[in-house]
Amino acid sequence: MNKGPLIFLGAFLTILFSWTGIVLVNHLQWGRMQPYYDDVEGKAFPSPMSGIAKQGKQVYQELGCIYCHTQQVRRPGFGGDTARGWGDRQSVPRDYLQQDRVLLGTMRTGPDLMTVGARPLTADWHLKHLLDAQITSPGSTMPPFPFLFETRKIQGEPSANAIQGLSGEHAPAPGFEIVPTARAEALVAYLLSLKHEYEYPEARPVGGAQ
Amino acid sequence: MSNPLSNLAASLNPGTPVPVERAILREIDESTKAPALFFLVSGILWLLVGTVFALIASIKLHYPSFLGESEWLTFGNIRTAHLQSVIFGWSTNAAFAVALWLMARLSRMRLRHPGIVLAAACLWNLGVTIGVAGILRGDSTSIEWLEIPTYATPILFVAYALIGVWAIITFRFRQSQHIYVSQWYLIAALFWFPWLYSAAQIMLLFEPARGTVQSLVNWWFAHNVLGLWFTPIGVAAAYYFIPKVLGRPIHSYYLSVLGFWSLALFYNWAGVHHLIGGPVPAWVISAGIVASLMMVIPIVVTGINHHATMRGNWSALKYSPTLRFIVFGALNYSASSLIGSTMAVRSVNEVTHFTHFTVAHAHHGMYAFFTMVMFGSIYFMLPRILHREWPSASLISVHFWACAIGITIYVVGMSIGGVIQGLQMNDAENYPVFLDIVKSMNPWLHTRSVAGAIITVGHIAFAVNFGWMLFKRSPDAAGAPTLFHAPPAMDARSSAS
Repeated sequence: MNKGPLIFLGAFLTILFSWTGIVLVNHLQWGRMQPYYDDVEGKAFPSPMSGIAKQGKQVYQELGCIYCHTQQVRRPGFGGDTARGWGDRQSVPRDYLQQDRVLLGTMRTGPDLMTVGARPLTADWHLKHLLDAQITSPGSTMPPFPFLFETRKIQGEPSANAIQGLSGEHAPAPGFEIVPTARAEALVAYLLSLKHEYEYPEARPVGGAQ
Repeated sequence: MSNPLSNLAASLNPGTPVPVERAILREIDESTKAPALFFLVSGILWLLVGTVFALIASIKLHYPSFLGESEWLTFGNIRTAHLQSVIFGWSTNAAFAVALWLMARLSRMRLRHPGIVLAAACLWNLGVTIGVAGILRGDSTSIEWLEIPTYATPILFVAYALIGVWAIITFRFRQSQHIYVSQWYLIAALFWFPWLYSAAQIMLLFEPARGTVQSLVNWWFAHNVLGLWFTPIGVAAAYYFIPKVLGRPIHSYYLSVLGFWSLALFYNWAGVHHLIGGPVPAWVISAGIVASLMMVIPIVVTGINHHATMRGNWSALKYSPTLRFIVFGALNYSASSLIGSTMAVRSVNEVTHFTHFTVAHAHHGMYAFFTMVMFGSIYFMLPRILHREWPSASLISVHFWACAIGITIYVVGMSIGGVIQGLQMNDAENYPVFLDIVKSMNPWLHTRSVAGAIITVGHIAFAVNFGWMLFKRSPDAAGAPTLFHAPPAMDARSSAS
């Protein structure tokens, strides 16, 4: 191996091989996948994200939620994802078609959020959870996000969207109220939009529902 | 100054006495001085910054209200700022210094126009600074290992290209007749990184691919940054310094060749194992698993080669700081890579995926292997660049033991925690409440903060020793290298040069 060009050529071919196999082939094969049009429902799935959910996704990215929360459900029988109620089918590539940036995640310090919008959690619960997770989930290690909220003096009538029912150390001083900012509202709208309930034909490849 | 050409000719003549050889090396080291020092100083500053970020992030995971009022310091930002500071700030700066210095030495050629490399080094650090500040502001791309916002990445690319081209030019003008194994790894790594980086930038940020094709690009890039950039640099350094310090040749040329080509072929494909169970075609994942298992070949081959070179010389670890750091790193290269191959097996991955086990593994590779090898290399390089010795052997000792003990506690603790986390998450029947799993991670997360604090002590010792050496007035009278203990008379020769 005393020839420089040989080493260059080898380095070039090996990376060309993996780039072709992992990136290019897949990009050509299914990189132009389309949403699935359901004749019965008369519309295509996945549905486009609403404007406010898109803004919320931006907030999700800004705060780095991805480092503790995944958005992918593994197939039943492989891991405890479906048994845990994180969805009743595995996630498939089509689920992600409406997302400009795919946020699969690789760490579950917190639970998977692929179908968090389908769980029985209200917007009020999410807002309190974001204000300080200790309110709704004592012992959680999720950081508080006080900067997504505004504490302000009540002038005249209390605001309609002020957080209700805060007690103890989380309660605002008398005469004050805690109001979610537009970013908090958008983030919650995004979380509530995460459902992925539609049954694509490819989502149960083996033996139907388990 | 004598004519470099005649010096070089003399160096290739086996009959030339050793002093001429030393003079050439000195001249070559001198040519790398400005850029190498700049890379090292900025690398060590980034190491300190990254360590502070790491401690804050680690404390937040068991004490979430710590600094909770600040959006800049929220966990998602500070953790990411840590990652980018240590991979592109510390590790890549150190890698540049070691790669350029090694390339010049092994090519028997001065670094040409070091001023341009110096400018590129400034540009690189400017890019990392803008990138990390951008992440703290909330401009992170949220793509793992590629979080630096798009307004900083072109700066990084241009800087890298300049530095890479300069190393290749040095190689092109080489005066040595033989291409040493370290050079294979350096050339390949310097070529692979720009390809990976530009392809990932284009397909994820500038002209994003559709759906989960992005995830494939992401993990092809992110795992290959380890496998095709940091690993080859670390292995190149180990291949140079182990024989250099011991004063004996590498055990087997043929094993080196096999190790290099099998790494080039298999590491390239391994990254997809980060998507096992995910929404991408099963065949790509299977291919990634196969490649991950085939990685056993280069790992074992390189391990045997290094081990066999060390055989009969283990006592040198008592004396040489360089050797001790590098051997610690090389052993952990084997260990972390074998664990990595195991983690790619579906049944193991089912448990360890999505847990702290992966975090432990990342630090095993990037710290216990790569960073320790870089420390060892710096202990060898700096005296040759500055023509003075390390001021304190005790500080080197504190550095070694704090980092070695700290990272061991880190990796063992987080691995155990990760397995517990994975088993509990997969057992929805006995652990139906997710919050219980979160709480059961608390002792392990505390362990990590303790381990991080110990590592911090090591980094401070290193930085103090480094700064002291940089600003020390008079060079040592004798040229004796700083060793942990004074070796028996005959062994001293091996640690010199």
